[in-house]
Parts: sequence; C-alpha cells; structure tokens
Amino acid sequence: MNAAKTLFDKVWDSHVVRSIDNGPDVLFIDRHLVHEVTSPVAFLGLRNRGIKVLYPERTFATADHNTPTLNQHLPVKDPLSANQLKALEQNAREHGIPYWGLGHEKNGIVHVIGPENGITLPGATIVCGDSHTSTHGAFGAIAFGIGTSEVEMVLATQCIMQPKPKSMKITIDGELNKAVTPKDVALYIISQLTTSGATGYFVEYSGEVFRNMSMEGRMTVCNLSIEMGARGGMVAPDEKTFAYIKDREFTPKGEAWNKAMAYWKTLKTDNGAVFDREVSFEGSAIEPMITYGTNPGMGVGISNGIPKAEAIEGGVATYKKSLEYMDFNEGEAMLGKKIDFVFLGSCTNGRIEDFRAFAGLVKGRQKAAHVTAWLVPGSHKVEEAIKAEGLLEILEEAGFQLREPGCSACLAMNDDKIPAGKYAVSTSNRNFEGRQGPGARTLLASPLVAAAAAITGRVTDPRELMEPEMA
Amino acid sequence: MAYDKFNVLTSTAVPLPIENVDTDQIIPARFLKATERKGFGDNLFRDWRYNSDDTPKEHFVLNNPLYSGKILVGGKNFGSGSSREHAAWAIYDYGFRCVVSSFFADIFRNNCLNIGVLPVKVSPEFLEKIFKSMESDPKSELVVNLPDQTITINNSGESESFEINDYKKSNLLNGFDDIDYLVNMKDDIQSFAQGTPL
Ligand code: SF4
Repeated sequence: MNAAKTLFDKVWDSHVVRSIDNGPDVLFIDRHLVHEVTSPVAFLGLRNRGIKVLYPERTFATADHNTPTLNQHLPVKDPLSANQLKALEQNAREHGIPYWGLGHEKNGIVHVIGPENGITLPGATIVCGDSHTSTHGAFGAIAFGIGTSEVEMVLATQCIMQPKPKSMKITIDGELNKAVTPKDVALYIISQLTTSGATGYFVEYSGEVFRNMSMEGRMTVCNLSIEMGARGGMVAPDEKTFAYIKDREFTPKGEAWNKAMAYWKTLKTDNGAVFDREVSFEGSAIEPMITYGTNPGMGVGISNGIPKAEAIEGGVATYKKSLEYMDFNEGEAMLGKKIDFVFLGSCTNGRIEDFRAFAGLVKGRQKAAHVTAWLVPGSHKVEEAIKAEGLLEILEEAGFQLREPGCSACLAMNDDKIPAGKYAVSTSNRNFEGRQGPGARTLLASPLVAAAAAITGRVTDPRELMEPEMA
Repeated sequence: MAYDKFNVLTSTAVPLPIENVDTDQIIPARFLKATERKGFGDNLFRDWRYNSDDTPKEHFVLNNPLYSGKILVGGKNFGSGSSREHAAWAIYDYGFRCVVSSFFADIFRNNCLNIGVLPVKVSPEFLEKIFKSMESDPKSELVVNLPDQTITINNSGESESFEINDYKKSNLLNGFDDIDYLVNMKDDIQSFAQGTPL
C-alpha cells in the first residue's frame, strides 16, 4: 500500500477525519472564507440549533458581492444590500470572526484577499460559499466552492462531507504566443473540454506553461477550473509560491515557517502516480481568446470567427438559442464587432498584474468615446498598488477612472449592471444570459483584449496595438 | 435545515429540454439579497419566465398550464455555474422535489441533496424518452422510487435505475442532514484538528 500519490491525493487524504462506507469522506477544513451573500442563512441555521462557530480563528469574513464600487465611505443605499452587510457584521461579531467590511484596509474580493493576506497556504483545505474558491488552488491547496448548507456545516464543525472527486491532469508545454495570457490559456482549455468536460474531477495543472506562470496567472487559471465543471484545480507549490506567501500577515513565521516549508516541499505528484484522466495541449496552439456565446466554453481564438452550427457537437438548439441572445450569426467574424462596455476586474482578473497589462496597452492612447469602462480592483491592496506603481495616472490620462474594490459587474448584484442588449468585453468568468445584468451580452476575454476593445470600441486583436518589444 | 422525507414520488413533470441550464438562469444574482430562506420560488427562472415589466412570457414552460408537478426534467449539464444554494432553494420553494437530467453540475447536485431535492441522473436515451412521453402526453407521470433507486415512465412502464450513495440515501429517506451527523462526531474532529499542521 505504498502507492505513488498525486498532489491532490496527498492533501485530500491528510484531511480525512472519517471515511463513510459507500458515502462521503468527512474532510477537515483549514480555512473558511465567508461573504455576505451565501452566509446569512447558515448563521441563522446555527442560531436555530443553538451552536457557536467551532473555530472562529480559521474563519475570515469580507464584504464583496453586494457592495457599491463608488462612494464606499457613504452608507450603502440599497436597503437589501445594506441589510446583508449588517447581518454579516453582526454575525461575525457574535461569533468572534475577523470581519473586513467596506473601507477596511484588508477588504476586497474574497479570492483576492485570501492569498494577499497569507490565509491561502499550500497543502491547506479551503472552502467558501462561492464557486470560484478554486482560485486558491494556485498555491497547491485543495479549494472549492460550497453551498449554504455546507457553509453552516463548516461553521458548526469545521468539516464538510464530500465524496472524493476523481483526478485529472492537464499538461501544457511549449511557449505561449505574444499577447496570450493565463486567461487565454484557461478559456482555451474550457473551449476544448466544454463547460461540463471536467465535472466530477479535481484538476492538477502541470507542464512548462504553468511552471512559467506568475502566481497571479496561476490564480486566474485555477479560478476558471470551475467553468469546465471541475470541483477545483491546483498547481504544485514551488519557489515562486513560497516567495509569494512569505511574510504575509497570516503565514507562519520563524520556526513554524521552517516546519511548514518541510511539509510544503513534499507537495508534488509522485512519479508513477495515476490520474483518472489526462489531457494535454500545445502552448503554441493558443491564441488570444474571446467568447461569442452564453457559456464560457463558447470561446474562439480572436481571429477565428463564430463556428458554424455544423461544427457544433450536440446541443445545436442550445447553440442557436445562445446566438439569438447575443444577436450574432453563425460563421461571423468576431474582430470588428462594436462593443459598448469594458469591465476589468473580478477574482479572475482583478489583481495587480491584470491592471499592469491593461495600463501597458492603453498607455498614451485614448479610450473610445462611446465605451463605458469599469475598472474595478480586486481589493484595497490592489487599489493601493495601482496608485503606488503610477498606473492610475496612465489610466486617467487615457480617459479611464478607477472604481473601488468589489465583485461589481462580475455578477451585477450592485448598481454595476450592463444594460439590456449592450455588449461588454469583460475580464470576469461568466457570460451566462443576464449574468452582468438582465439582457446584458458578455464577451469574456483577457485584460489585454479588454484594453484593446476599450481603445478602439470594437473587438480588436491586442497584437495590433502592441509594440514589438512588448511581445 | 430539516426537510421532508423522500420515499416514492409519483408525479407529472415539467420539461425543460435545454442544455447547460446555469444557476444564473435558475435564480439571477439580483435576487440573492435575502437574509432568510424565503420566497425564492417566485423568482425561479425569473428572466425566462417574466418580461422586464413582470408580465409572464407565454412560451416559457412554467407559464404553460399544461405542465405542472413536483418533478423538473432538464437537459444535459443542469445547474452549472455558481455555488448559490439559492438555486436549489428556488426549485424546492416552487414545489419541485426532484430534478431529472442526464448530467448535473457537481455543486448544484450536492446542494440539492443537502436540502432534500433528489437529483436523478438518467442516461441520455432515457432522458429523450421522458421528453417524448411528456410531449405526447403532458399529464404523463413519472415514478421516482428512492428505496429501489428507479425511475419509471408510467405510460410505457419503461424504467431505469439511478445511483445515489447509501449515506445520502438514508439521509433523504429519514429527512436527516449532514450537520446532525457531524455534530455527533465533534470530539473526533477536535482531536483531529490538534494534529493538523496549518
Ligand atoms: S468576482 Fe465574481 S466570481 Fe469572483 S467572487 Fe465575486 S462574484 Fe464570485
């Protein structure tokens, strides 16, 4: 029984408190992130059962989904949103959980602030009532989204009951082309595997392309794992990972750090370990991507057109319905399509690296007059870095404004809604019907493609706007 | 939250033969602002069901008086997207106790099981048969038998078995939830926690 193990096996198996016969595993959770939208009913459940949070010190709360991105110093206008925020603040206080509300220096999107503050660690199990919890897998953690009943479970017992998912390895080797970002890599994988292609699996990303990626880039890729149906995705921790987390507020220090490092260095897939499924792609095959339909699997290389119905495998009725919603025709080019909005932000692409890429491309140019652009940092710390690095001036000179952090138009729970019928190039993660507002039409893309669209007002290949040396 | 026990459900059903029905369609984000679990059924499939002026869209199946019942039958990859349990609540609150599809998104499936909605995964062929039978007779009934783990089309008698693990099955049969189970093993959890490295 000394079988070679995958990274996923190692972390999962070491957290199993009990295995139930022909049932789920009881999995211990190291870190639980909580936000205002999926937690109130869970806290209510605890109250009804007369239970307190078992480990408040393993629980962290922030306000992000529902919050305005302008005038955060003023009281929140929408009474329902204000009520949810108040409920979280009270629940956190009652149970002794740290709460980083609006205006707090550590406030921001839950999946941005976890890594930023050293809450996200290699080898940890991390959950949150939000499907993009998969983001934290970039550090070699097992991280996944849960429903509100499970939030209540974790608050009450720090455990969750889950059958162990199957494992999948996605390998990409080779060099990436100019202007191909981690977002394009992820959209490419999803377009190849479809939105349900990895359902039931936990993915490990391996190969040169992911090894060479920054931590921010790995977060973007792991973030989008859920969009191909996977429970989560992870990348084995390496020197880059350790350098990123070192000295952050909640990372272990001194002797504890050394001990943790000894453990973290064992966190890689053993030679000869078996995955339930393996797929691989060539890095050089990937182009800057854009989506044309109403799920993240409906993506194409930006210079390719919308596929024809005959090229669609199964679900032609669904494909047609989605083109009708987008008001696009089969076979049409994507390049040159007029757009109305640009959204840079979300837990997919709201980190400093994304703002650097966007600012790099718009520098010295002007935003197209007809485009409304919402630039929303993922956290206060990202906002601060944008200012400190001089990116704000570049953005403002090019005609952009910066908003305050939050989920914003990613799910449009606040006022940041794309109006019905309008087209938005968005760096977020979902192009579902109405996701960015009732009737809104979303084209998912990287920060570079978003920047190019913001300048020209049309779907534009960013390579056309890039200096040779920016390659 | 405790829920009704599930045993054998015989009911007419509502067909939704669309693939990739995502949780944003089941319940759009703007309806997630409640702090209690109440009234979500009114907004189930809100944007498919109602025009922007709140008048019902005639062609959507929930507005079609021919179809009703406690079973919702959806296309492949049902419930993809977000982790919002509100989607499962909306389905439950509207009156459904069972969702049938040839493929479910993981989190949605878990959420359903946790609140007492039974997700039944059938083969693509059987799903087609169900849709056909409902098309030719909107009042055709399905029998979902949890103890036997079978689903039957009453008109034709055609039947298929479905999978569910023993633990979840007994929870549904008895109306128990996971928290009851976990709270009972708190001592084990606490001693486990002491040995964790992080
Ligand atoms: S930015 Fe979007 S995907 Fe990310 S946590 Fe917020 S709502 Fe969820």
